[in-house]
Amino acid sequence: EKKATVEDISDYKGVMVFVEHEFGKIHSVSFELLGKGREIADNLGVSLSAMLIGAEGDSMALEVARYDVDTIYVCNSTWLKDYQTNTYVAEAENIIRTYKPEIVLIGATTLGRDFAGALAARLKTGLTADCTELSVDMEKRLLLQTRPAFGGNIMATIISPNRRPQMATVRPKVMAMPEPVKNPDVQIIQVQPVSGPQDMLLDILEFIPDTAGTVNLADADIIISGGRGMKGPENFSMLFELAELLGGAVGASRAAVDSGWMPYAHQVGQTGRTVRPKLYIACGISGAIQHLAGMQTSENIVAINKDPDAPIFKVATFGIVGDLFKVVPELIRQIKYKKQQMAS
Amino acid sequence: MKIVVCIKQVPSTEARVQMDPIKGTLIREGVESVVNPFDEYAIEEGIRLKERYGGEVTVISMGPPQAKEALKTALAMGADKAVLLSDRAFAGSDTLATAYTLSLGIKKLGDIDIVICGKQATDGDTAQVGPGLAQRLNLRQITYVSKIREINLKNRKITAERLIESGTQVVSTALPALITVVKDINQPRIPNIFSIKKATRAEIPVWGMQDLGGDPKDFGFDGSPTQVVRIFTPPPRQGGEIIQGEVPEAVAKLIEALTSRNIINL
Ligand SMILES: Cc1cc2nc3c(=O)[nH]c(=O)nc-3n(C[C@H](O)[C@H](O)[C@H](O)COP(=O)(O)OP(=O)(O)OC[C@H]3O[C@@H](n4cnc5c(N)ncnc54)[C@H](O)[C@@H]3O)c2cc1C
Ligand SMILES: Cc1cc2nc3c(=O)[nH]c(=O)nc-3n(C[C@H](O)[C@H](O)[C@H](O)COP(=O)(O)OP(=O)(O)OC[C@H]3O[C@@H](n4cnc5c(N)ncnc54)[C@H](O)[C@@H]3O)c2cc1C
Repeated sequence: EKKATVEDISDYKGVMVFVEHEFGKIHSVSFELLGKGREIADNLGVSLSAMLIGAEGDSMALEVARYDVDTIYVCNSTWLKDYQTNTYVAEAENIIRTYKPEIVLIGATTLGRDFAGALAARLKTGLTADCTELSVDMEKRLLLQTRPAFGGNIMATIISPNRRPQMATVRPKVMAMPEPVKNPDVQIIQVQPVSGPQDMLLDILEFIPDTAGTVNLADADIIISGGRGMKGPENFSMLFELAELLGGAVGASRAAVDSGWMPYAHQVGQTGRTVRPKLYIACGISGAIQHLAGMQTSENIVAINKDPDAPIFKVATFGIVGDLFKVVPELIRQIKYKKQQMAS
Repeated sequence: MKIVVCIKQVPSTEARVQMDPIKGTLIREGVESVVNPFDEYAIEEGIRLKERYGGEVTVISMGPPQAKEALKTALAMGADKAVLLSDRAFAGSDTLATAYTLSLGIKKLGDIDIVICGKQATDGDTAQVGPGLAQRLNLRQITYVSKIREINLKNRKITAERLIESGTQVVSTALPALITVVKDINQPRIPNIFSIKKATRAEIPVWGMQDLGGDPKDFGFDGSPTQVVRIFTPPPRQGGEIIQGEVPEAVAKLIEALTSRNIINL
């Protein structure tokens, strides 16, 4: 077993961002992290790099280059086309041990969490999960990592003073999307892979896309969710209609999922997904603490509920007390009308 | 088949966590503890695998002595054995030290075929222990499993569905493996009175640092690179505005509020 990275932390310099991609497309959280990474690197007076593991690394590097990064480490090979824990962790470990960044940032996505948890264990270094805020203690040159825990009931600020790199996963859509730069000045370094085809330990047999939603919840800017107040599965069609009009996705409370009205993939909350859209519209959802845990950090919340005392109103930016079977159709009608007016 | 399920005892979410305003730490006394909700699915899946393929389910937890209660819940559901890893030296463990400690406990159990963890714990909320543990034990990992399609004991293969962001991925790998499970994998059973009573009387072995071996520097606070320097309650969300009026009027006001603030663009 290799030795820990403790020895000499002053050897470690610079900020590195892991570029996540799936089906040939770079995840937007990677660009958000490059934006934040630039700020941190500038504060510390160090450089910003990106680590790009894949099969189309060179074309992806051109895209990454637009985000004001100093160096891109590209590790390219046919067997690295799709993410697998074992191969990606092996390559990342090699890149980190060779180029020694003091900070490594990774998106807190399903892929990112699968990857980061394994990588940090391999490097025997600290990993702070799911951060919503990053800053620097300039005096000690430490990364201050702030994250929600206990389902968002508390926030904790975490440091990793004694080991390098300091690693954090960061929630998508928390950091601002940076503006691309016009004339990127970037150094691209090709890294020889250390893994081989025999290291692909998983056989990926099949992918079944989620067909129930037009847009997936984690990426959606607007989410319309329904709860027990929807009364039955057929009524979710109006939420889908509203979601389509607004360019959003449809979520559900656990009560709606447990009743079999919506698939689990749509469940928002403590035992479902955590979402943070620009707008979350809760229809017939009471606002139980476990539901709030998954959506209370949304930028704006609209609650539609017939019970004026429903706890959802306590977190709602705007609330309408009323029958959702009247309110939602009216909302659809007025939005359609407005859109038509705009079009003509 | 030798099945190990990792479970964590967590504060019930019904009981809101409170902070000690002076020390800035969490008040855990008097807060009801439960099995981490995701771990109930892990226990259930372990028991189902035993029912399908034969074998034995061992539940393991690292925590204070009272975590025995969580292990007893698992025994009542149908797990065969339980082990608690408990020692003052384990206090202050972050996910790196937790995974290390659990890995030593699992190694001590002997050869295993599968380790099952929950997707994440509802208190620490990191989802890091599963992947960290897989690395320590040198196991293949399949995270976010929503269904185990098949385990082929002859070929020593597991085929499972995992829930990723845009859909479901079907993967297969060799045993031994570690999986983390999401909620829709099963519906955990509710133990009957008889099995609860039986579990209450169970003797649960407790292993400390000496029993596990390993390097003292890698446990607890010393073995934890992350340090929590501050805990605070997020500022409460501003209670918003209730839009008054008959439905058409209220809806019009809502649309106006959303469009004027650029929250939606029509
Ligand atoms: C360990 C644990 C984990 C959990 N995880 C989750 C989770 O991840 N996600 C989650 O959502 N829940 C979760 N729950 C369940 C949670 O406690 C609640 O039971 C659930 O969120 C309730 O769903 P609901 O709001 O749809 O239903 P209800 O609480 O029944 O609320 C229905 C609401 O609809 C309103 N209503 C009814 N008819 C109308 C109408 N015609 N017009 C307008 N309003 C109407 C009612 O006034 C009511 O407020 C969890 C619970 C536990 C114990
Ligand atoms: C406010 C706060 C913030 C924290 N933030 C971080 C952080 O960012 N990084 C970090 O490294 N640590 C952090 N910790 C410490 C972390 O919570 C503990 O290390 C904990 O023991 C395991 O992490 P978790 O609760 O996130 O579990 P998760 O990794 O979310 O749990 C996943 C699964 O692992 C298994 N498991 C987890 N813990 C145990 C256990 N004790 N016994 C048996 N099985 C278990 C269960 O199957 C569980 O479902 C934090 C703690 C607090 C109080």
